[in-house]
Amino acid sequence: MLRFILHKIGLLIPTFIGVSIIAFAFIRLLPGDPITLLAGERGVSAERYAELQSAFGFDQPLVIQYIHYLGDILQGDFGTSFVTKRPVLDEFLTLFPATLELSICAILLATLIGIPAGVMAAVKRGSFFDQSIMGVALIGYSMPIFWWGLLLIILFSGVLQWTPVSGRISLLFYFPQVTGFMLIDSLLSGQPGAFRSAVSHLILPTIVLATIPLAVIARQTRSAMLEVLSEDYVRTARSKGLAPRRVIGLHALRNALIPVVTTIGLQVGVLLAGAILTETIFSWPGIGKWMVDSVFKRDYAVVQGGLLLIAGMIMLVNLAVDLIYGLINPRIRR
Amino acid sequence: MTDRAQLDEHQLEEELVVGGPERRGRLAEFWYYFRQNRGAVIGLVVFALIVVTAVLAPLIAPHSPSVQNRGAFLLPPFWQEGGNTTFLLGTDAVGRDMLSRLIYGARFSLFIGLFVVVLAMSVGIIVGLIAGYFRGWVDTVVMRVMDIILAFPSLLLALVLVAILGPGLLNAMVAIALVLQPHFVRLTRASVMMERNSDYVIASRVAGAGRLRLMFVTILPNCMAPLIVQATLSFSSAILDAAALGFLGMGAQPPTPEWGTMLAEAREFILRAWWVVTFPGLAILVTVLAINLMGDGMRDALDPKLKKS
Repeated sequence: MLRFILHKIGLLIPTFIGVSIIAFAFIRLLPGDPITLLAGERGVSAERYAELQSAFGFDQPLVIQYIHYLGDILQGDFGTSFVTKRPVLDEFLTLFPATLELSICAILLATLIGIPAGVMAAVKRGSFFDQSIMGVALIGYSMPIFWWGLLLIILFSGVLQWTPVSGRISLLFYFPQVTGFMLIDSLLSGQPGAFRSAVSHLILPTIVLATIPLAVIARQTRSAMLEVLSEDYVRTARSKGLAPRRVIGLHALRNALIPVVTTIGLQVGVLLAGAILTETIFSWPGIGKWMVDSVFKRDYAVVQGGLLLIAGMIMLVNLAVDLIYGLINPRIRR
Repeated sequence: MTDRAQLDEHQLEEELVVGGPERRGRLAEFWYYFRQNRGAVIGLVVFALIVVTAVLAPLIAPHSPSVQNRGAFLLPPFWQEGGNTTFLLGTDAVGRDMLSRLIYGARFSLFIGLFVVVLAMSVGIIVGLIAGYFRGWVDTVVMRVMDIILAFPSLLLALVLVAILGPGLLNAMVAIALVLQPHFVRLTRASVMMERNSDYVIASRVAGAGRLRLMFVTILPNCMAPLIVQATLSFSSAILDAAALGFLGMGAQPPTPEWGTMLAEAREFILRAWWVVTFPGLAILVTVLAINLMGDGMRDALDPKLKKS
C-alpha cells in the first residue's frame, strides 16, 4: 500500500510542475506585457517602467523568473491582486468556503438521489420506471446548466416568489463569519429567521449545480449494478434463498459502489466548472464567480493564482480518490 | 429501375475491389444494433432535422436574423396575448424575430461541434498514435502533458485561454478543442497499445510495412470504434461549452445569433419576457440531448461486451 501511495504522489509532482508552468506562462502570453497591464490605462513613464520591471524581476531570464515564481508559491505567495491589492491566497481563502458549502450540498443531493435511483433502475431493468429514470438522467446530463438556473429563477423567484434571486443570505442579517459556512454560521448567530434565509438562498444554486453530477451518478450506479447483478456470487446469494433486499443491499450494492465512489470523486472538477456558471447566475460570492469577474476586470494576477490553486486542489482530490479506490479495491494496487 | 440496378452493380464492383463486403457487413451489423435502441433512433431523427434546418436556414427562416423591427420590441409568442403570427416565437429586446435567430443559431452550433470535434480528434489521434506506438519517453511526456490539461476544470481552462486569445467564436472553438483533445489522445493510445502486438500487426511488420503504414493503415482502423463514440460525446460537450462561453460573454459576440450568446443578451429580461430566455436554452438542450441519445446507441452498438450474442 505504501508503494502504491508513493507511486501516486510521485506522478503528481511532474503534473504540478506542469500546471505551475501553465500558470506562469499565462501572464506572459497575454497580449501586452504585465507592467502595462498593471499600470492600466494611465500608462507609466519610461523610468518608472524600468523600475517596476526590475522590482518584479521581469528583466531577468524566464527560467530565473520561473524559479522565483515556484519559490514564492512554495512559501504560500500566490501573487497580489491588481485591483484589490490583497494577496490572492487571502481572497481565495475568504471566498472558498462559499464554493465549498455549495459544492458539498450539491454532491450530497446528487449522491442521495442518484445512488438509490440508479439501484432501482437496475433492479427493475427495462421497466417503465427504469426508462423514465434514465430518460430524466440523460436530460440532466445534456442540460445547459446556465439556462436551467435561469428557468428556476423565472419559476421560483419570479412567478412563485418563493426564493431570492441572488446572494447567500438576506441583507437584513449580519453576523460574524465563524466557519464560513452560511448554514452553520446562521445557526450559531441565533438570529431568528437567519437559517431559513440561508437555506432559501442555497436551494436553487444547489439544484443547478447538482444536476449534472446527479445524472452521471445515477447512470454510473445503474450500469455498475447491472454488471454486479449478473455475477455468480449474486446468483449464489439468491439461490441460498436470501431476501431480495438483502441480496441487493448487502451483496450487490457494496461491490457496485466501488466504481461509483470514483465517479463521485471525479465530479469535483465538474462541480468547479459548474460553479463558474452557477455562481455567476446566482451572484454567489465563491471562487467560480471570482475567477469570471477577474477575467473581465483583467485582474490577471488573480486569474493566475486562482488557476493554480484550483488545479492544485483538484489534483489533491483526485489523489485522495485514487487512494480511497486503492483502499477499497486491493486488486488495483499491484 | 435500371439506374438502381446499375448503382447496385457499381457498388458491388467497388466492394469486390476494395474488400468492401466485410466493411459493409460491419456497417449493417452496427445499424442492426443501433436500430434496436429506440432512443438512439429518435436522437438520429431529431439530429437530422436540426441539420436540415441549419442547411436550409435562409429558406426556412421567416425573417432575417439581424433585422431589428421597430415597434415590435419584446413581442410574446403568437399564442400569448399581444403576440402575432408574423413573429411566431416573439421578438427580442431590439425587435429581432426569435424563430429566425434560433434557426440561424442551429448553423453556429453544428459548425462549432463539427469544427471542435475535427480539430480535437485529428490532433488527439495523431498524438495518441505516436504515444502508443513508440512508448518510452515520448509516451511519458505526452501523457504527463495530457494530465496537466485534465487537471484544470475544462470550462475554466477554456475561459482563461479565451482571455489570452481574445473573446470570439473562433478562439472559443480552438480553446474547447484543446480542452477536449486529451480524451482522444488517451483513447487512441490505449487502443493502439492493445493492438500493436496482435498477430496481424506483427504479420504486417514482418511483411515489411513501414512505421507510418503500420500506424495509420494497419492499426488505426481497428481503434476507431471507441473514438467514434467519443467524437459524438465531444460534439455535444463542444456545443454546451461554446454556449457557456457565449453566455459568459467570452464566446461568439453579439449580434451573432449563437444560442448561448442570445441567452446572455436575454438575461436582463428574464422576469419580463420568458420567451427570450426559454427558447434558446431549449434549442441547446434538444440538440445536445439528440446527440447524446445517438452517442448512447452508438456505444451500445459498437461495444462488443454489451452486445447480446
